[in-house]
Amino acid sequence: MSTRRDLPGALYDPAGDIAEDLRDPATGEFRQETMIINMGPQHPSTHGVLRLLLELDGETVIRCKPVIGYLHTGIEKNVEYRTWVQGVTFVTRADYVAPFFNELAYCMAVERLLGVDVPERAQVIRVLVCELNRITSHLVALATGGLELGAVSVMLYGLRERELIMDIFEAITGLRMNHAYIRPGGVLMDLPEGSARKIRDLLDVLPRRIDEYETLLNDNPIWRERNVGVARLSAERCLELGVTGPPLRSAGVAADLRKDEPYSGYETYDFDIVTRAEGDAYARYRVRIDEMRESLRIAEQALHRLLEGPGPVMVEDPKVGWPVKLSVGPDGIGNDPAYLAHIMEDSMEALIHHFKMVTQGVDVPEGEVYTTVEAPRGELGMYVVSDGGHRPYRVKIRDPSFVNLQALPDVIEGYLVADIIPAIASIDPVMGGVDR
Amino acid sequence: MSVEASAAAVARRYPDIVVARGEASLVVDRGVLLEALTWLRDEPDLQMDFLSSITATHWPDRDPAFWLDYELRSMARHERLRVKVAATEDDPSVPSVTSLFPTADWHERETFDFYGITFDGHPDLRRILLPADWDGFPLRKDQPLGGVPTWFRGATMPPIDERGMA
Repeated sequence: MSTRRDLPGALYDPAGDIAEDLRDPATGEFRQETMIINMGPQHPSTHGVLRLLLELDGETVIRCKPVIGYLHTGIEKNVEYRTWVQGVTFVTRADYVAPFFNELAYCMAVERLLGVDVPERAQVIRVLVCELNRITSHLVALATGGLELGAVSVMLYGLRERELIMDIFEAITGLRMNHAYIRPGGVLMDLPEGSARKIRDLLDVLPRRIDEYETLLNDNPIWRERNVGVARLSAERCLELGVTGPPLRSAGVAADLRKDEPYSGYETYDFDIVTRAEGDAYARYRVRIDEMRESLRIAEQALHRLLEGPGPVMVEDPKVGWPVKLSVGPDGIGNDPAYLAHIMEDSMEALIHHFKMVTQGVDVPEGEVYTTVEAPRGELGMYVVSDGGHRPYRVKIRDPSFVNLQALPDVIEGYLVADIIPAIASIDPVMGGVDR
Repeated sequence: MSVEASAAAVARRYPDIVVARGEASLVVDRGVLLEALTWLRDEPDLQMDFLSSITATHWPDRDPAFWLDYELRSMARHERLRVKVAATEDDPSVPSVTSLFPTADWHERETFDFYGITFDGHPDLRRILLPADWDGFPLRKDQPLGGVPTWFRGATMPPIDERGMA
């Protein structure tokens, strides 16, 4: 017979006394006719580690308390101890499904503080990788959301197409995710040889695949049954709760920062804002599908511009631009042999400059900025403060997942337990972004 | 209307506004924060009706030590405005804006969690990202990065400055 051990210290409960809130305010007791259950934090439909405390009356959700923070990694604090360029490698890990957007918003903030203009070709590459990233992000939303509702084929198809794009990311940046490819002043390196061909092939194959999803799902009775009218959020409520991105556009508001506050030259691309009127989970699905098509349109135009000819992809100013040159070798992307020879054998000054830029980097003038990009989940903002040093003084990531998730109790209280799954999937939070 | 024109319109009522790097920053006293945000939201020429973000910065060597940052956005006019409010080390509290902008709920909880700034009138002010029994406010500048006791017996983690990095 085993004996129970007395464990030292308090039991670890990140939610603290949150369950106490579910006591009946009138009597101070837990109500006997309802049941309190814990969903998560490791439930497969919570897209990471989201915990929901649910009070249920039969199958109906009476109250819902989201508990977050399980994936908190202190990115904002860590960045304060790194150089401005190192910061990119941290912020890219926040919303790991859409890393390029984190990098872009952060670099735009640093560039605005520095007052530098990014070369045209780097802007186009940024737009291209971001729009491809928007497609992978929407594919993850579709694939995981489908899986949770039992549509396993959708999961397989979605992740299959995502893999095609991830291969292109790997070819361009050397990594499948956490790229740290967009840097203050431009991008790390120009597209390696042959990647334009790969992107061309992708742009040819994807439209047909997106048609397939629509054929499979648009009029699928089970898909419609689980999504139509579920997790409805009105435009007014979205704006009160700060909800942006596909949930807001699916409620009929044509808000898209690429049009409203253009950056990276988006005003020169031809594309439309996708909106629907219904504001439910099904409308969000349709908005994401159509946005993938719009992203393909933009990517086509960006690729066309890239083929026009080479150009610089990093600011020319040696006091700002990243000095390191990379190239593709037989074992992948690595140091450029010619550049290594230059700093190691030819020029002592180049070596000193390299050392100083890599270990300390630029001093950024004192000030504060707030830059925003239209991430796949909505407004991604970076509030960046500099005290004039070579490290950021404060970097606040306004992640759309964090804000959109606040709407969850609104859309599931009063509805069935089964509706929670499409509700979470249609809001599409990425917990890395929520918890940072 | 340009950012400068909007800033000039705001300045007629709240004079402490500057435009730098194309962004307008308005400083108000915490006593008039709610009044100012209400006016900015309802004024037909401004319509700053969407609250993007709330956060803070900590300046331990300065007085006031805390600056709250409210990022406003006009959905109709596609323009932004920053409102800043100071709070002192001795009394780090400001009024909650949840009554004006329900989205402020989690933003204010996060700012409380990271900086220990209290928001008077918040319906449920408690930690949101850190464990409920966490000691201290980690984004204050006097809190080291690392250097906290680990949950593993016998293990320590020195602050990053003492690890010979960066």
